[in-house]
This record gives sequence, structure tokens and C-alpha cells, in this order.
Amino acid sequence: MLPFISPKFERRIIRLPLFLSRVPAGFPSPADDHLEAELDLNEHLIKHPAATFFVRCKGDSMQEAGIFNDDILIVDRSLTPRDNDIVIAAVGGELTVKRLVVKLGQPWLYPANPNYKPIQIKEGSELHVWGVVINAIHNVRQS
Amino acid sequence: MIALVDCDAFYCSCHIAFAPALTNSAVCVASNNDGCLISLNRQAKAVGLKMGDPLFKVQPLIKKHNAKVFSSSFYLYGDMSRRVMQVLSKFAPGIEFYSIDEAFLEFSGIGYDLTEYSSDIASTVKQWTGIPVSIGIAPTKTLAKVAARLRKKNLAGTGSVCEWQKLNNSNQFLEAMPVTDLWGISFRLGARLNRLGIHNAKQFKNASPAYIRSHFGVVLERTVRELNGVPCIPLELAPPPKQQIMVSRSFGEKLTHFDDIRAAVSAFATRAGEKLRRQSLYAQALNVFVQTSPFDTEKSHYANSATLFFGRPCQDTQQLSKAANQGLKQIFKPGLKYQKAGVMLLDLIPKTFGQASLLEIYEDNTTGNNVPLMSVIDDINRRYGQDTVRLGITNLSDRWKMKQSMLSPAYTTRWTDLPTAIC
Repeated sequence: MLPFISPKFERRIIRLPLFLSRVPAGFPSPADDHLEAELDLNEHLIKHPAATFFVRCKGDSMQEAGIFNDDILIVDRSLTPRDNDIVIAAVGGELTVKRLVVKLGQPWLYPANPNYKPIQIKEGSELHVWGVVINAIHNVRQS
Repeated sequence: MIALVDCDAFYCSCHIAFAPALTNSAVCVASNNDGCLISLNRQAKAVGLKMGDPLFKVQPLIKKHNAKVFSSSFYLYGDMSRRVMQVLSKFAPGIEFYSIDEAFLEFSGIGYDLTEYSSDIASTVKQWTGIPVSIGIAPTKTLAKVAARLRKKNLAGTGSVCEWQKLNNSNQFLEAMPVTDLWGISFRLGARLNRLGIHNAKQFKNASPAYIRSHFGVVLERTVRELNGVPCIPLELAPPPKQQIMVSRSFGEKLTHFDDIRAAVSAFATRAGEKLRRQSLYAQALNVFVQTSPFDTEKSHYANSATLFFGRPCQDTQQLSKAANQGLKQIFKPGLKYQKAGVMLLDLIPKTFGQASLLEIYEDNTTGNNVPLMSVIDDINRRYGQDTVRLGITNLSDRWKMKQSMLSPAYTTRWTDLPTAIC
């Protein structure tokens, strides 16, 4: 893909401070020479904004992978799924969260909870990977 | 070379993107206000559903073929469009966002085989956003549109791409295409061309440009030249500044009371004010209009408008709303069932360009516009949602608003509407 430079589509405007500290008359701050932008979660977590979607997880089959009921998953549809990735897959017409495991050349969808069974993707039926899960947002403090 | 990238059944595709099981089903989208079909995918068209069909009329057909109907969700469409355009921007040095689901790409200087390159574009857009597209490649915008249309109808090209110059019998396609199917030729223009013996695109292509120019003007002459492979219509890489800003809606139900329409008109003025400020423009005049339904058989159609001029260039919601209400008082007639109203801001000028009236001295247009207040209100509404802070008069009535009962979720713009995956 040709890397054309295009205008940056900002999700929101990140205000870059010109000065970290205000400069009152006469007294410069020693921090004035060290200017940095604020830490931005969008930039940190989302590498391909056009292809990144938030999906809510319902159920507990992925608990041992650190994904819990009601978590918000950050899903990147631009990534090519790799063995062992946690993916959103379309199974039986529904979007589900599972780990993609390739065993002897065959794709399987594995849960991360002993109460659930792995699903084998049989010859002939298509595995449709909707996107690759890159992060899960879990509320630690219950509201 | 220019490519026209056109999303397939865009609104339908936005919904299917989050419900992949529907990929091979008949899907259509109905408008919220009047329940008419505004988008159909290929399968829906194949079972006989058509654009503009009222839902209640085609229910039997929908049930018979198990077609899935979605309610329109413009928040979703706007966001998905933004994503598609963002992906497309990476593929060309110049891009024109032509409409919510079409873009022209400037392909000059790209050394790859353009059909292969476009195939890559289509599969990238599909993987990244879930939206399928068709791409037409040609030396001119007009021909690129023709090529894309041929691909969509499966008449030429393969996969997602149709490259005009690779077609062996392009003239045959033009011959089979009625002249009104060409970009820029309306039904009325087409009728005029028909009277001159020009019925299909091939005949139009072979018309004398000078003749067309003298009878129809330079814009149509350009279309003739473009059909012959001469690029005359450049890509609009930056949209021209707006000359006017219009906000209008058909009402969810017919309204007869002055207060109901006042509330609507104030809400439109508010929306228009937001657009104005977002573009750093000032309005020098405001036009407000109302109309009854043109299809109402009981009474004759009534439509009227009033234009008011501002003493000094205006950007302030309160003043806009006041002017809109003043205008409404002049044109409102009691006893009628109104179907639609709108507010249009005219004579837009940027911040520093204004003519001082003889009686007032001011430095720039900000005077009288309460800029700090507007700026705070805009910030609050941006952060907490549209209309969080609003004019009291808009609370007078809600009845003009579209029926919310069938709204589809805004999957990508509201935390409460996120798609779910079973875990």
C-alpha cells in the first residue's frame, strides 16, 4: 500500500499546550524547555481508527483470558488474524468472542473457561473473522 | 486517470456490517419519518422491492421473502462514511469526497496496474469497515461514473472493478445507456436532448461540443468532451465555502398550532447557528419557510417564506431564532396542516469582512454576537450531547420531531448502542 500523506482525521482535537506552565511577568519555569503533549489514550490504543470498533462482551466464556461480562472490547478489523489471537467471529449468524487456535492446519475457536467447549471449524464451512481483539476495557471499580 | 469509488447499497451495508449473517439476504432501510424505503441491496431489488416504496404497502412482499428492514440511523451512516473516506485517502494523492458514499480518487502518477490496485482498495475497504464498494476507472470523471455504474449492474468489469480503457466495446455500452443515466443530465435536460435526436450516451458523445455549448451551456459541453476522454472537470480537493446554510425537516406529524411550528423553527435556527459558527461564518440574512403537504387533497397547497436582514452580521443563536420567529409570524396562516418548515441563512461572510452600517461603529463582526456565551454553549453541547443547553422556546413542543419509535442503534457513535458479541 502506498503511504500517501493525507489530512489527519482527528477523533477529537488534542489541545497541545504551548507552555506547560504559565509565564508570569519575569519568572520562567525550569519546565519551559521540556514540552510534551498530554498522554492520549486514543493514540495509544487505536492504531487504525477507520478500522477500529468498540464491541460489548456479553457472557463469561473468556474469563481466563481476562475478558469479563460487560467489558468493552477494542476490535481492529484491519489486522490479519494470527494463531492464538482473540477474535470476534461470526458463528451461526452471531458475533462471538473466542480465541483462534490452529491445530494441525485446522482452525478452532477456543473459549477461556472450562465450562465451555471449543468449536471446530469444519471443512467446507467458512470461518468469518470479523476482527481481532486488541484490548479489553474492564471496569475495576463497580459503579 | 480517475477512479470513482461507490459504496454498494450504502445504508444497507452499514447495517449488514454488524450482522454478517445478512450478507446474502434481502435487506432494506426505511426512513424514520414517512416509512418509505431509501436503500435496498441487490437481493431486495431482486424480489421486487423498489426505492420509495412505502413500508405499509410492501409488507406482504417483505414477509413473503423474509426481507430484513432497518430503520435509518444517520449517526451510523455518517460515521461509517467517515471511516470509508479515511481508508480511501491512503490510496491516492488527491481525493474528492463527492457524497456520503462516493469519492473520486486522483490516480495520476500511480505506477501499478490500476485494476489490480483498485481491487486492493476494494478489499481493504471491505475488510477494514465491512462496506463493499464498486470502482470505475477512466480518464475522466464522467466516464469513471459510467464505468462504476456498469460494474454495479454487472454489465462490465469483474469483481469490484471496471476499467474503461480495458473494455473492448465501450461504445456499445454507451449506445445502450439512455442519456439521462449520464452524470449531470437531469430528466428535463434529457427530454430536451431527446427532442434534438440525442437519446443515448453514444449519440451525446458524438455531438458537436460547440453545438451543445451554444444550446445548453459550457457545463454540458464539458460532459461531451469528458465522454470523449478529455478531462475537463477537475477534482474538488477542498470544498468551496458555503454560500448558504439550510436546515429543514418534514414533520413527524402534520402540525396546525403556531407554538408547535415556533419550536421547530427555533430548533432549525439553533442547528443552523451551530453550522455557521463551526465554519467561522456570519449570516447577513435569514429566510424562513413553511409549507403544507403538496399531496394534500383536502386543501390547496400553501407555501410561503419570509426573508429578514440583519443590521450587523449575525452568528448568535438567540438573534437567529428571534429573526426566524419574526418571519414565521408573517407567513403563518391558522387552520392549515403544515408538513414542513425550514430556516436558511444567506449572504454568509467570514469574520473580518463586513460593511459597517452608517449608524454603528464596530471593529469586526463579533460585536453583538455574544461570542463567549456561544462558545461555552457549543463546548457543552459538543461534550454532553446536542441540545444539552438550548433555547427555552424549543421546549414549547416536541411534535415536529421525527417518530423515534423505530430508530436503529447508532453502533459506532453511542456507548449505549455498541454492538454485542456473545462471550
